[in-house]
Amino acid sequence: MSDATTKTAPRSKIRAPRINDESRPFWEATTRGELLVKHCTACGENHYFPRTFCPFCFSDATEWLKCSGRGTIYTYSVTRRGEPYAIAYVTLAEGPTMLTNLIDCDFDKLAVGQAVKVKFVDTGEGSALPFFVPG
Amino acid sequence: MSIKGKAYIAGIYEHPLREGTGKTVPQLHAEVAKGALEDAGLHKNDIDAYYCAGDVPGMGGINQAEYMGLKLRQIDSTETGGSSYVLHVRHAAQAIAAGHCKVALITLAGRPRADAKENYSMRPGGGAPADYGFEAPFRPSIVNMYAMVAKRHMHEFGTTSAQLAWVKVAASQHAQHNPHALLRDVVTVEDVLNSPVVSDPLHRLDCCVMTDGGGAIIMVAPEIAKSLKRPRIRVLGAGEAPKHLNGGKVDLTYSGALWSGADAFAEAGVKPSDIKYASIYDSFTITVVVTLEDLGFCAKGKGGAFVADGNLISGVGKLPFNTDGGGLCNNHPSDRGGITKVIEAVRQVRGEAHPKVQVPNCNLVLAHGTGGLLGSRMGSATVILDREDA
Repeated sequence: MSDATTKTAPRSKIRAPRINDESRPFWEATTRGELLVKHCTACGENHYFPRTFCPFCFSDATEWLKCSGRGTIYTYSVTRRGEPYAIAYVTLAEGPTMLTNLIDCDFDKLAVGQAVKVKFVDTGEGSALPFFVPG
Repeated sequence: MSIKGKAYIAGIYEHPLREGTGKTVPQLHAEVAKGALEDAGLHKNDIDAYYCAGDVPGMGGINQAEYMGLKLRQIDSTETGGSSYVLHVRHAAQAIAAGHCKVALITLAGRPRADAKENYSMRPGGGAPADYGFEAPFRPSIVNMYAMVAKRHMHEFGTTSAQLAWVKVAASQHAQHNPHALLRDVVTVEDVLNSPVVSDPLHRLDCCVMTDGGGAIIMVAPEIAKSLKRPRIRVLGAGEAPKHLNGGKVDLTYSGALWSGADAFAEAGVKPSDIKYASIYDSFTITVVVTLEDLGFCAKGKGGAFVADGNLISGVGKLPFNTDGGGLCNNHPSDRGGITKVIEAVRQVRGEAHPKVQVPNCNLVLAHGTGGLLGSRMGSATVILDREDA
């Protein structure tokens, strides 16, 4: 196992998200180590990416829901050009599936269906990225 | 067909805000949509067609359709400046008159005053779509957003890299006869598997070429077609369907072709087994496998077995595809392969393809386009053509 395939993406590759009025509560929560999705009080569905309107029933009676941070890998791919990194969709215990990166792991031992948990990495710009690690 | 008396305006809404501080552009589009729906007494799930212009952020209207959770049979983001929305009324009327949709939504929204106060850059497209902030930090690329589809397909259905490689092999068999093809060398399954992994499980030879150039199509009325000395190629049926991440209920095992194909086949009154030749968008080998399943050429999950052993090679297999060499070997101009898909399908149904790849008695053909990212949000369009004077 080469070093290059096991390392976390280097600090220089941390990209701060573009934040707007609708997404600000989500990103502020990340700095407290909390992963939020939106919950619709009208139809009961959770959704991601979070928005003002429920994409299932179109009610605007949505509220923030704090997640456990646990999920499973729905799919992933290790991009090998340049320094390798693993992009993935993780299905949260609360239902929605989100785009993320898998870090601090042996990329050759990842598997669809594997259990993962959130790990926040500070961007230095008032937000933290919700990455996932095995476990 | 005239639209006279065949479409009605049922709901309207003008946003009461005059300064949109604290609201995003996608949010404003959704607010006006909700207002018009309430005026009409309809629910957003009644909407099956969406019309918008350059003020909506993202790829045409697809990101906004995703934001609002729309499931569509018709999407149109024709941009003609401030006149766009009047033009959209006409386009929607045409679609309704043709029976292609029943409830069309048209939106306009923006926040130039708030943007100016908050020093947001003013640019066409109205800023970033709502999904952007939640995805860009994780470095999605064109390749890895298709690679994740391939990975899931392999997990659920046992599809193999060797099966995917057969798509490239078939394209290369065709490209050898096309003097304009960028890549004319015939390749083997082993060549594909031995090429470098770009984003696993996709290898370099699973990916299409990058080329400059382009293409064009002329469509005419029946009376003009009859006056010309060219084969009369008819559009028998067509379908379109955007697909997105559906609020986090993600299923990457299928594409919008599931819906656009069904509409096209129903309108044409034919079935997949009737098709003599198919142009299938081949940005990547996995794109072809998923699309063939969704169009009904084989069962879901059986696409890997379907494309294997030369089944897509003209003169060899049951479904000749991309006889120009496709995007994988011939051409993918401006990173958009849709027009070359239609062009080769027309060559085939005219009987004007290269003799080495021309399908005999080719009287019914299909062309399918895939836009955007199969791993997140995409557009699908299917057309079925025949030759009237054959």
